[in-house]
Amino acid sequence: MATGTLDTTAREALASACQDVQDAGETDGVDGVRPGLVARPADTAQVAEVLKAAAAHGLTVVPRGRGTKLSWGLPPASADVLLDVSALDEVLDHAAGDLIVVTQAGARLADLQEVVARGGQRLAIDETVPGASVGGTLATNTSGPRRVATGTARDLLIGITVVRADGVIAKAGGRVVKNVAGYDLGKLLVGSAGTLAVITDATFRLHPLAAAHRWVSMPVPGVAEAHAAVQAVVHGQAVPSAVEVDWAEGRGAVSVLLEGREEGVAGRTATVRGLLGDASTESDDAPAGGAAYPWDLAATGDRRATALKLTFALSGLADVLAAATDSGAVLRGSAGVGVAYAALATGTPLEDVRTAVDRLRRVCTGHGGSLVVVDAPSAVKDGVDVWGPVPALDLMRRVKDQFDPDHRLSPARYVGGI
Amino acid sequence: MGQAGAAIEAVTRRARELLPADAVVTDRARLRTYECDGLAHYRVTPALVVLPRDAAQLAGVVRACAEQGVPYVARGAGTGLSGGALPHAEGVLVVTSQMRAITDVRRDDQRAVVEPGVINLDVTRAATPHGYYYAPDPSSQQICSIGGNVAENSGGAHCLKYGFTTNHVVGADFVTSAGETVALGGTAPDAPGYDLLGTVVGSEGTLGIVTSVTVRLVRLPEEVRTILVGFESTDQAGAATSAIIAAGIVPAAIEMMDALAIEAAEAAVQCNYPHGAGAVLVIELDGASVEVEQEYAEVERLCTENGAFEQRLATDPAERALIWKGRKSAFAAVGRISPDYIVQDGVIPRTALPQVLRAIADLSGTSGVRVANVFHAGDGNLHPLVLFDDAVEGAGDAAEKVSGAILDLCIEHGGSITGEHGVGMDKAKYMPRMYTDEDLDTMQLVRCAFDPQSISNPGKVFPTPRLCGEVPGRRKGAHPAQQAGLAEVF
Repeated sequence: MATGTLDTTAREALASACQDVQDAGETDGVDGVRPGLVARPADTAQVAEVLKAAAAHGLTVVPRGRGTKLSWGLPPASADVLLDVSALDEVLDHAAGDLIVVTQAGARLADLQEVVARGGQRLAIDETVPGASVGGTLATNTSGPRRVATGTARDLLIGITVVRADGVIAKAGGRVVKNVAGYDLGKLLVGSAGTLAVITDATFRLHPLAAAHRWVSMPVPGVAEAHAAVQAVVHGQAVPSAVEVDWAEGRGAVSVLLEGREEGVAGRTATVRGLLGDASTESDDAPAGGAAYPWDLAATGDRRATALKLTFALSGLADVLAAATDSGAVLRGSAGVGVAYAALATGTPLEDVRTAVDRLRRVCTGHGGSLVVVDAPSAVKDGVDVWGPVPALDLMRRVKDQFDPDHRLSPARYVGGI
Repeated sequence: MGQAGAAIEAVTRRARELLPADAVVTDRARLRTYECDGLAHYRVTPALVVLPRDAAQLAGVVRACAEQGVPYVARGAGTGLSGGALPHAEGVLVVTSQMRAITDVRRDDQRAVVEPGVINLDVTRAATPHGYYYAPDPSSQQICSIGGNVAENSGGAHCLKYGFTTNHVVGADFVTSAGETVALGGTAPDAPGYDLLGTVVGSEGTLGIVTSVTVRLVRLPEEVRTILVGFESTDQAGAATSAIIAAGIVPAAIEMMDALAIEAAEAAVQCNYPHGAGAVLVIELDGASVEVEQEYAEVERLCTENGAFEQRLATDPAERALIWKGRKSAFAAVGRISPDYIVQDGVIPRTALPQVLRAIADLSGTSGVRVANVFHAGDGNLHPLVLFDDAVEGAGDAAEKVSGAILDLCIEHGGSITGEHGVGMDKAKYMPRMYTDEDLDTMQLVRCAFDPQSISNPGKVFPTPRLCGEVPGRRKGAHPAQQAGLAEVF
């Protein structure tokens, strides 16, 4: 890890690198770690200057978009500089005819959606965390219900500009959806938690806004019913945009979203209701909770719930739900692709959290997936394996060492202590 | 025997210990049958060819290569069009065509697990009885293999709606350039840690070799409608395409062919396309019947509004197959109207289509080189076929020039030098036109992480290799290549 000190010379170097450099305040903490300075560059060139100055003085840097998920993952081992990209907030180009948008990383996802909606389009990433930036969304790879139809950030990102830890600006991909020239660095950056490079611009493919939509929901009294309902829908031909499960205390609901043309949606809604049976209902409104994760995002410090992300093969749903019940977890997620989020209530004793994480992880890995502790109180992060076993960790370390040989960026936040 | 020769000898000895006798090829005549892939004008005879039967054999050979510092090149079915599988004269060609088991088809999980030598279309054949298929469908899908698809991130006619190989591969067993086997991704999506799988797919064999691939299976649509639409000009066909996209419809495919391409396809497969058409569109809609019904009515109206003089709906699988036959055989078909041709692959933003097509026509007019246009109109992926007769002196060079100028047009319009055929050997020299030195240097950081010895398909994709010992930004003294006498001062 980079081990310089934030002395006067370093401070001066940063101040001349960037329009806006200030001492970190109370609200700038990164999961309990108080940064030295907050640098808020005006553009990509200033991001590069900040990183060059940090490199010259051996300082650690933690990038921040809008700060909505900054406590996720492990706390950084050090954060001399908090690199805040929120001033890079412009949606640069919406080329509606080409179904693409170019944006700066600090733009809020919601603001971008507003811009492209004017042209009848959307970026098919649900806003699961209100106020999130595009860059933060990419760095954490968040996704919501509609990933069933349109995939996740990795499937939608077609071009990216990053600043490396040494201050070099580089881009990959471009403005066209179809492009196999060179390595797909965008995919490497998605979900990399600010440990490889700082994202400053991103280009996405867009989808048309659906003319009509309809939700079909059905209460499920037990594990078997939930599993059967999901299997019926995913192996059907109604082409759902979302197949969600909501689960607490051994029962819950399965909800299906249909999007498309007016009459098409009406017909497909009838098909799905036929698959699910008489107990199903339909509505224009999303089920309670919508795209939100099943924990309180506003809670900080020890008031946080233990937030989990679970992935599993579709056939593992019943086992995952049963394990969630046994663990006292509430769960919500894309049952239709085998991704769910779960929460263990605030104040759950560490021993119980450990047991629950072990049990759920065993079930998920047994079904070809994984469990990650997304966020949790510090005592929990210290007491459990947050990232879990990661295959190919050695290769990941080598990638990190190439991109950031001094381990300057977000040190120790990621898998295997990267 | 030189150093390289001794190293190859050592790898050959190791290969003979690991593989059956007929899977180790050293005979000169047999070696020569592997001298090129689908891009036949580059030819290199490899020093050794191995055809491993399983992952352990393959990893063993790669390990031997790593120990001896011998370069190796992976080859699937050898159908690639950019010379990505062009052998190395002092290296090993690792052919995966004998690893062709479909290990598992798991309908409940919407997954199949296959070996790299499995033919693309066979995955769909195995999944269809379960109501599923494998979506990426390159035109060569009857002969190309999944391993090659992974290396090239292959697309196809239907990637407008369904995406490319990278959107359909969720896991792989991967042999690193050191010969170690690691698991990338998984059965479930969103594996924790860096998305190394997303980086490997499309890396053209420069990062390592996959020995098992887990793919996503897609539910067969309830209904498929394929429409063949005749227009007087490519401008009209382009305007119709824009109108369809603007109406919020995402067809499974929109393919365009111009008059010359139609002529070739007619000559080759008698596909009976609309007579006298200056351009045809092949539009495919798929999904739930009620939805397709709606979209079809709208597509038909939009085509009429934009000057379509004939619209033909395929009413049964045989008619649909005939429509697609004309399109999918287009590359080979130009062989009927020209002794030689170059298949180009470039991408432009779709809205630039009319300008770029006119510019290509101008290029053709001024140079006298005929160009037939076949392309995935929905996503702006052009496949101009540049026709020439190699028996005529200078004709090949003139065709090369036009072909290169078309790529320049793509770059000028903010597009890409390759949409699906890859960079390989053929286009490495064009990479600096699309990317800066810093961009290429950054990509090669990945290469250095995966393959520090630079033995996995060296010389492809990047025009200038990066020396992996360097730490960026901290270069001191003479450059290592300079010190080693490998390069002049630079």
